[in-house]
Amino acid sequence: MSTIKIRSKESNGVVTVKALIKHPMETGQRKNTKTGDLIPAHYIQEVHSKANGKDVITIYWGPAVSKNPYLTFKYKGNKGDNVEISWVDNQGNRDTNTGKVK
Amino acid sequence: MKRRNFIKNSILFAGALAVAPSSILSNHAYAAWPKKSFDIKDLSDSVKSVYGHNNLEESSKVKLKAPSIAENGAIVPINVSTTLDNVESIMIFVENNPQPLSSGYQLTSLAQPSIGSRLKMGKTSNVMAAVKSGNKIYTSTQEVKVTIGGCGG
Repeated sequence: MSTIKIRSKESNGVVTVKALIKHPMETGQRKNTKTGDLIPAHYIQEVHSKANGKDVITIYWGPAVSKNPYLTFKYKGNKGDNVEISWVDNQGNRDTNTGKVK
Repeated sequence: MKRRNFIKNSILFAGALAVAPSSILSNHAYAAWPKKSFDIKDLSDSVKSVYGHNNLEESSKVKLKAPSIAENGAIVPINVSTTLDNVESIMIFVENNPQPLSSGYQLTSLAQPSIGSRLKMGKTSNVMAAVKSGNKIYTSTQEVKVTIGGCGG
C-alpha cells in the first residue's frame, strides 16, 4: 500500500491535483507523555511531482506541516496524464505513487 | 608520447569516475532541502535567508486563504494563489511558530500558481504568503487566531 493517495481532475486545460500522504510529521519538539523523552523529529522534507515525466513542482516542507499532510496544486495538462508524486523524509524514507488524470 | 596520453587519459577517466557520484546527487531533486532557512527562529532573518534580502511588497494580487479563527492549531488549512505571471516560488511563513518558514513551493513553467496545504500553528500568529515573480517578492498577510495549540501532545 502506498502512503500516497492521488486524485487529479482536468478542467479547461488545467489539472487540479490533490494528494494525501500518510506520515507522522513529528516536529522533534513534542515529549512522550509517559516517559518525558523527546520524540525524535520525523517529517517529510521534499515532495516532488511530475506529469508525464516533466517536472511540475518541487516542495520543501518543514516540521510545521500537519500530520498526514494534504497537498493541492494545479498545472497545465490533459486528461489521461500520468501524475507522479514522490516524497523523502528527514530519516531517508521515501515513497512514490502515480495516478491518472480524470 | 602514446604512453603519456594513456596515463593522462586514465587519470582523466579516474577523475570522471570520482566526480560522477556527486554530480548525480546534485542533479537529484532531493539534494537541496534548505536546512538553514528552516532552522531560523526569527521572521525577518528567515525571509532574508530565503531571498537574500528583505524587500517585500504587499500585493492584492496574492490571495491568501486561511481561517481567521482556527479551532485546531494542528490542522490549519492554507491556500495561496495569485494572478501574477512567471511565478517562480511560493513560500509560507508563520511568524510565531518556533521556525517561521513552514513550507516552500518551487514551480516550473507547467505549474499554475495555486497551492494548498495544512499547517500546524502553536499559537495565534500572522501567516504570510510570499510569491516570487520576476525577481520581486509580493506578499499577503493574515492573522489566524488559534484556540487550541498544534504543538502540544
